[in-house]
Amino acid sequence: MAQYLMSVLNDTSALATAEEMAAIDVFNEQLQADGHWVFAGGLTSPDTATVVDGRDGEPVFTDGPYVESKEHVVGFWIVEAPHLDVALRLAALGSKHCNRRVELRPFAG
Amino acid sequence: MTDVGAVLARVHREEWARVVATLARRLGDLDVAEEMAAEAFATAVERWPVDGVPPNPGAWLTTTAHRRAIDRLRREVKREERHREALMLADTPEPLGAIDDDRLRLVFTCCHPALAMEARIALTLRLVGGLTVPEIARAFLVQESAMGRRITRAKEKIRAARIPYGVPLREDLPARVTGVLAVLYLIFNEGYLASDPGQAAVRSDLTAEAIRLTRLVRALLPADGEAAGLLALMLLTEARRTARVSASGELVALGEQDRGAWDRELIAEGHALVRARLATGQAPGRYQILAAINAVHTDAPDVRDTDWSQIVALYDQLARLDPSPIVRLNRAVAVAELDGPEVALAQVDGLPLAGYHAYHATRADLLRRLGRSEESRAAYDRAIELAGNTAETAYLTRRRDQLARP
Repeated sequence: MAQYLMSVLNDTSALATAEEMAAIDVFNEQLQADGHWVFAGGLTSPDTATVVDGRDGEPVFTDGPYVESKEHVVGFWIVEAPHLDVALRLAALGSKHCNRRVELRPFAG
Repeated sequence: MTDVGAVLARVHREEWARVVATLARRLGDLDVAEEMAAEAFATAVERWPVDGVPPNPGAWLTTTAHRRAIDRLRREVKREERHREALMLADTPEPLGAIDDDRLRLVFTCCHPALAMEARIALTLRLVGGLTVPEIARAFLVQESAMGRRITRAKEKIRAARIPYGVPLREDLPARVTGVLAVLYLIFNEGYLASDPGQAAVRSDLTAEAIRLTRLVRALLPADGEAAGLLALMLLTEARRTARVSASGELVALGEQDRGAWDRELIAEGHALVRARLATGQAPGRYQILAAINAVHTDAPDVRDTDWSQIVALYDQLARLDPSPIVRLNRAVAVAELDGPEVALAQVDGLPLAGYHAYHATRADLLRRLGRSEESRAAYDRAIELAGNTAETAYLTRRRDQLARP
């Protein structure tokens, strides 16, 4: 089994609607029932991010996300799947349920 | 004594994909599979001239490659490799009939939708077709180093993302087959009208490989109408290959080809496939319609016998599935034969294809037939500028130079 990160991409400023939240709950329950579930979470907006650089002496704190872009990550799932085809099906279902695009990426190792 | 060199070449062509596919499944690693297959072929080059060709060359190569892989893994027992070794040692002899499935698995792995289209084509040619990286780079007009990186990156993604070595599940199959057929059609087209001026106008190695692979997909998915359609389309196109370029290396238009030089066997096979699809009564897809159009062309003993109204009707059907300007352009070529160049020109003008050489070549021909020489000349100039294929450039240049001088 391999683990995959499914990042939810937001291309609008709209928050998830009540229906979307309900659909996400249904999907989460399904992931748990089928043994794919590892972890999931939602993130606050990129405005709340701080970039920290502690590589060189005193750490430098910079307000805002590390990259400004129209699309940003608003949440994620970590799932377990035997291979990419299963992970792709989960990502497709996840995208449908949360009504957003999803980036699927395997963990290393 | 038989010519061992010729046998080796044939075996390489016929068995390469099979050997790589079997090893990839057993080892779970495309790189190692490819390397071991290459080593086994190198051993065959040494041994066969001395020992004679084994009765089952494919099995000999697979066994040799497999043994080498085991030897190598025993030498370098590392963390995850122990797992692979266990897999290999547990492997039982191949049941008959599983071999072809192995090759299909490899085709589906190479044509996985999670890979970029260009990577799919490159991997398919490399792993299934056994073409070398320089050959693939030449066929697709890129630097060898860039093509090498593209292939390496694709293999890394297959490994890291765990793209399975398998034919997809039934629910995923339709989408995946579409991708596989698209890759095979691209390979065929690159062979049929090479886009590189430095290449032969027709690359029969690529067309033959595309046909071979499509036969494979068709044999394993006999109920798939589009697989049958694509095979028919390729056969009916390939049948005209030798008549398509003149002795002086100039492209010969369909209407001017020596129909006696067409390959009757390929045409018969293509027609049979088209008829079989029609008999199912199922709605045809894009490749099946294109095959039917080619069946009408190859049915006419002379260009004057061509059933243009049927061709226009088929293009109408195609345009409903794929309302692209290219389909409209091709339809207009048939309309010119049916309703005259003026009607066709009205349909062609203004199509958003200004960067496409065939658009200008078609306009040039219609304008020539209408006696509008000056406009025709300008259109030929633009088509020549955009065409990459040497045979096509030669044809267009002669046509332009035949125009009446003002």
